[in-house]
Amino acid sequence: MSGAEFVPLSLTPLLIGILAAVACALPGNFLLLRRQALIGDAISHVVLPGIVVAFLLTGAIATWPMLLGAAGAAVTAVILIEAVRRLGRIEPGAAMGVIFTTMFAAGVLLLEQTDTSAVHLDVEHALYGNLESLIWLDATGWSSLWDVEALRYLPPELPRMALTLLGVASFIALFWRALKISTFDEGFARTLGIHTGGLSLALVITASVAAVAAFDAVGSIIVIAMFICPPAAARMMTDRLERQIGWSVVFATLSAVLGYVLAGYGPLWLGAADAVSAAGMIATVSGVILAAAARFGPCRRRAGAPAGV
Amino acid sequence: MLFDALFLQLGYNATLVSLGAALLGGAAGISGTFLFLRKRALVSDAVSHATLPGVGLAFLVMVFLGGDGRNLAGLLLGSALSAGVGLVCMNWLTRNTRLAEDAAIGAVLSVFFGFGIVLLTVIQTLGMGRQAGLEGFLLGSTAGMLMSDAMIIAGGSALALSVIVLMRRPMMLVAFDPEYAAARGLPVPRIDMLMMGLVMAVTVVGLKIVGLILIVALLIIPSVTARFWTDRADRVVVYAGLSGAVAAYIGAAISASAPNLPTGPIIVLVSFALFALSLLFAPNRGVLAAVLRHQRFQRRVHLRQGLLALAQGHPIYEPLTLRLLRRAGLVRPDGVATDMGRARAAKALRDEKRWELVRSDLAHEAAAALYDGLREIETVLTPDQIREIDRRIGGPQEVLA
Repeated sequence: MSGAEFVPLSLTPLLIGILAAVACALPGNFLLLRRQALIGDAISHVVLPGIVVAFLLTGAIATWPMLLGAAGAAVTAVILIEAVRRLGRIEPGAAMGVIFTTMFAAGVLLLEQTDTSAVHLDVEHALYGNLESLIWLDATGWSSLWDVEALRYLPPELPRMALTLLGVASFIALFWRALKISTFDEGFARTLGIHTGGLSLALVITASVAAVAAFDAVGSIIVIAMFICPPAAARMMTDRLERQIGWSVVFATLSAVLGYVLAGYGPLWLGAADAVSAAGMIATVSGVILAAAARFGPCRRRAGAPAGV
Repeated sequence: MLFDALFLQLGYNATLVSLGAALLGGAAGISGTFLFLRKRALVSDAVSHATLPGVGLAFLVMVFLGGDGRNLAGLLLGSALSAGVGLVCMNWLTRNTRLAEDAAIGAVLSVFFGFGIVLLTVIQTLGMGRQAGLEGFLLGSTAGMLMSDAMIIAGGSALALSVIVLMRRPMMLVAFDPEYAAARGLPVPRIDMLMMGLVMAVTVVGLKIVGLILIVALLIIPSVTARFWTDRADRVVVYAGLSGAVAAYIGAAISASAPNLPTGPIIVLVSFALFALSLLFAPNRGVLAAVLRHQRFQRRVHLRQGLLALAQGHPIYEPLTLRLLRRAGLVRPDGVATDMGRARAAKALRDEKRWELVRSDLAHEAAAALYDGLREIETVLTPDQIREIDRRIGGPQEVLA
């Protein structure tokens, strides 16, 4: 395929997909090891009411209010889950189930009650995202990458997603030692003077920032898949956290690239006319990778489990 | 309008939806309780999302076979099959790999849902008439419900309920204490599978009314609500069924009474309202009850400390203690003890001394274990025993200068 076609139509969605996948997979590694893997699921459900409320308050589809609304909803949900868990003495899974389903229902109801027919805001959009539409029309070919004029019209999601990835990566790099120790042995971390409670909250907030930014660009289904599948597959490959994170980045990138290509060009190869949902295909590919890792990964069994069980 | 809806006066379709929803809510509340007591509430999330590819595949298969892709029974069969595959995958992941259950739930949920969305876009691109309303399965739609659809929902719920009635004892045992159940020789994995199967059945039946994203709420919220009201497992099941049925019935009625009120979200919000009321006002486990209990305890401690201070002639500065003593008529407004106050204070001091003896005497070990600084000694020892202790304390003694 020529650069004249590839750069404007496929390069930016592909890059955004990769950035979003990696930004979610990085904190996902820690959430997985801390048995909080479903936080990503909860966050991606409550983002909907946040966005609807932001839309109702500002009356327009603008990026920053929506991102703020989504982030606010994510933090509210985390606080409410914690409140229900402590006040009602309910196990965390059920508390999470109560809160995120209710907030999602409230979001759907608000959406139905308000007249959003004039603007592009609906539940399906929130679920699938619109990765395919993030095209860079001003590009004419590879040379556009050095063309300042064309670069100005890059889809804004691309720099935003890159910034998010940078923020997530630097959070993990800065708190690497504390995160690693508190993930594996919280009691020991506390004796070293690490504020495990604060760190845990910071991790959840980092994850929600990644989720919200990625949600804006690619929809919630990729967010959930990328929080869990690449880290889970990476977990089957190695026993070392450093290598696990490396593998998860590889798997996330691979899912994004393969998923995008399969969704965009797969149907054409099969003779169909249109592309299928890239978000769904990326999630599917990450599942296939996870299945392969679960079947053939060198460290797929629990440590100490008898062979052949 | 709302009352009309509540008393089934809003016409054929609304009546059908309300009754169907109530049956579904009851069945969901009850089968969700077993999951909740087993601490696997979020498994229902994976099951419900895993139905989507089945819906898409069933639609495609029915269309290719030349039938009507929207046949509800066919779509539900497909969704049940794919939810079953999802369950098997989840169990395999938790049992054969090092992944914890939450990761397995998340993996199954996102991958199956993603694949389902791919199938939905395939259906869209094949140009089979605007996806044939399959998005309705995401959030539920009751607008065009037919009598046959309602019969499927009612039949499915009734079937699930009767299986629960038959299997309630083994399921309860496994939900409550799986190790003990295994020791009794029950096939725990198979009973777990049965619970999951019930959840799957309820999910599939509920797809039409509340949609696959919100059916999770109907499975989780009623059992959590019921848990506030009782500590007995059998009652939790009954209360969960009731609260699920009531929430679904009221929700369906509200949704029928005005336009733009989608059934699924309203049902979820009504059942959350029941949950919030229980969280706040349930006796014993509710927040209000806990606050009252705390205050009562605080008053007892303050009163007791105040009496001991009075008996030893210490001045009292603590405002709450002073207020409590004054309200009980034990001190005058200027802080000096009344006659009754002096008597109660003397008794409190003597009780302390009695407790001291009881706690140092091994013969009273059982009674001493009940000492918490607040308990009246008369509630623990018999008058004879107290008289014996008093004899050992003896009368007032002269204080040597």
